[in-house]
Amino acid sequence: MKLKKTVLLGAVIAGLLGSSLASANEEQFIGLPSYRVGPYAAGGSGLFGGWIDYMQLVNERDGGVNGVKLTWEECETEYNNARGVECYERLKKKGSTGNSVFQPVSTGITYSVLEKVPQDKIPMVTIGYGRTDAADGRVFPWVFPMITTYWSQASAIVNFMGQKEGGMDKLKGKKIGLLYHDSAYGKESHAIMDKLAAKHGFEVIKIAVAHPGNEQQSQWLQIRQAKPDYVVLWGWGVMNPTAIKAAAKTGFPREKLIGVWWSGAEEDTIPAGPAAKGFIAAGFNVAGANYPVIADIKKHVYGKNKGNMEDKTRVGSVYYNRGVVHGIITVEAIRKAQEKFGKGKALTGEQVRWGFENLNLDDARLKALGATGFLPPLKITCADHEGPGKVKFQQWDGNQWKVITDWVDSDRPLVRGMIEESAAAYAKEKGIKPRDCSKEG
Amino acid sequence: MQFFIEVLVGGLLSGVMYALVALGFVLIYKASGVFNFAQGAMVFFAALTFVGFQEVLPGWLGLEAGSGVVFWLAFLLAFIAMILLGTATERIVLRPLVNQPHITLFMATIGLTYVVEGLAQMTWGANVRGLDLGIVDEPIAWLMDNYEIGVSKFDLFAAGVAASLVALLALLFQYTKVGRALRAVADDHQAALSIGIPLQTIWRVVWAVAGFVALVAGMIWGARNGVQFALTFTALKALPVLILGGFTSVPGAIVGGLIIGASEKLAEVYVGPFVGGGIEGWFPYMLALAFLLFRPEGLFGEKHIDRV
Repeated sequence: MKLKKTVLLGAVIAGLLGSSLASANEEQFIGLPSYRVGPYAAGGSGLFGGWIDYMQLVNERDGGVNGVKLTWEECETEYNNARGVECYERLKKKGSTGNSVFQPVSTGITYSVLEKVPQDKIPMVTIGYGRTDAADGRVFPWVFPMITTYWSQASAIVNFMGQKEGGMDKLKGKKIGLLYHDSAYGKESHAIMDKLAAKHGFEVIKIAVAHPGNEQQSQWLQIRQAKPDYVVLWGWGVMNPTAIKAAAKTGFPREKLIGVWWSGAEEDTIPAGPAAKGFIAAGFNVAGANYPVIADIKKHVYGKNKGNMEDKTRVGSVYYNRGVVHGIITVEAIRKAQEKFGKGKALTGEQVRWGFENLNLDDARLKALGATGFLPPLKITCADHEGPGKVKFQQWDGNQWKVITDWVDSDRPLVRGMIEESAAAYAKEKGIKPRDCSKEG
Repeated sequence: MQFFIEVLVGGLLSGVMYALVALGFVLIYKASGVFNFAQGAMVFFAALTFVGFQEVLPGWLGLEAGSGVVFWLAFLLAFIAMILLGTATERIVLRPLVNQPHITLFMATIGLTYVVEGLAQMTWGANVRGLDLGIVDEPIAWLMDNYEIGVSKFDLFAAGVAASLVALLALLFQYTKVGRALRAVADDHQAALSIGIPLQTIWRVVWAVAGFVALVAGMIWGARNGVQFALTFTALKALPVLILGGFTSVPGAIVGGLIIGASEKLAEVYVGPFVGGGIEGWFPYMLALAFLLFRPEGLFGEKHIDRV
């Protein structure tokens, strides 16, 4: 009898120890398809550096998410679609529960794996890029083009111009040049700009720049001849500094040249030198190191020599902070999912998807994260996978970006209408029955 | 009319910038009969090495950042780096492939491209850098005020540099022993070797000169658009120039550059709006393709006749 009791007690202790050890060893895997070499390495090294630093901060400062340590592995895509798909396949079964989320940081790779993610039950998050109509979560349950889409951005830029002119009615009769990268990414601006032009009565002058955009003399001569009131720079990579310098060469005021968020980083202005002074760009995150979250990264990560950035002066740059935003959203979705599926547990991609769909980063939560004003408050629902659709505008003062506006709204009814129309067409084409969000838990 | 002239002049000056890159291709082709796919990567490597040294030299030697001494020292060190790169290429890539078919050498230069691109970013990092040569990229005020024609001071400077380089290279090829040896090597490796021309030395010299041209081109393109990976794309602009001007002619590179530059700008401005714009990327290739039908060796290229 005594022996039986001892054996039983031993088994209970062993069981408790085992479960506690298992909890202590729980890890959540995040696959990172990064690009640190190749044409876009400059932006990639900042973005992925910031992202990894934030996850490192959560591990170092908090011991992980409710005790679950974050682990990650980078896979080099060189911003190439084929390699991106290879990375998706390579990463999807890593970790004890598989890849939690796939964030390709490339519109091309997004399209390449769009139909794979529902099959593999891995959520795909595309912050500030990707397929715009995927914001309709009823048709695209596994895709999250969060914070703001290209269409919302274009609309917010036009709203900003309206603010500058003293009212949206003042845009009537104006000319707005649209200098765009001649690719699917650049052409994403056309439909929304045409709609906005019809609504507000301005004229859009579309001027294409062939890839890579390192030569723009003829485009800027056309701009000089057309004399637009504003020019929207929808660029990428070397196209951006070339456009800024060409604007200076043709005497176009940089204060009237408004870049999109892929045109508004230090990597775009520094090569343009003094010509960039006054240039304005939209952003769903801001530059700057004077945010508590960045201070925490410096203290807990760089203070222990565990920082990812070789060049520490880039901490707080636009791309670095964009990486931190990726980190915050990823971690908060995991935290949210743990509330439903069990705190301290490693989750599957399917469970993390629920976390993304129920994410609510309100003012109080952003304050607790030390990120007030760093990114806009964000609420995702079953139907709306985009969230706020807001941007801030920053101006280059010759040395650094200065925030010059609060969060500027887009024309939500117009943009949402276009999203739903486009998503419905996709659903019809693919034979998808949209979800009934009233039945989603 | 003023607008037409402005487009034309702007195009001609852009063409000179393309010709600067094309010159590097011509040099290697003349010496080895190989189209050096790595020329764009060499432009990137050279410019990045130059700005890299500009960044580190003040710290190493206690010199004033941005001073003339730092500039020329960085230029010298970058040139030495290009000589070393050329020598290593000759020793490791070309020497084992002597007398191999040209396509083998061409494939080797494709591999070399990836090595040079990776080496540049591994050594100096992937950050985008600005480069200030002290020449403002703005229109000449007199032309603007009197004729409303915008001609950039920077583009004129680039044209001057290209013209000087061409003159220098033409003298090198026509009037020096090295130049004559180089042409002999280009004609036939084996024949050149049989009359005692040191093939390896000639190749090293040519790669060093091509490295110098890459450095100058990289600095000018880098000052214009920033020193970044996209410098490798400048090679794309040089290709149609070479087809038009001929792979073996230094003056051909300049004339080809002028024709391509002017025609692509005129096409973009006057034809582009009717076909959706953005035709600058493919128009020069189409022009070069059409040209190939009538003159496969290019404007100034050597006509190749095989005896049956």
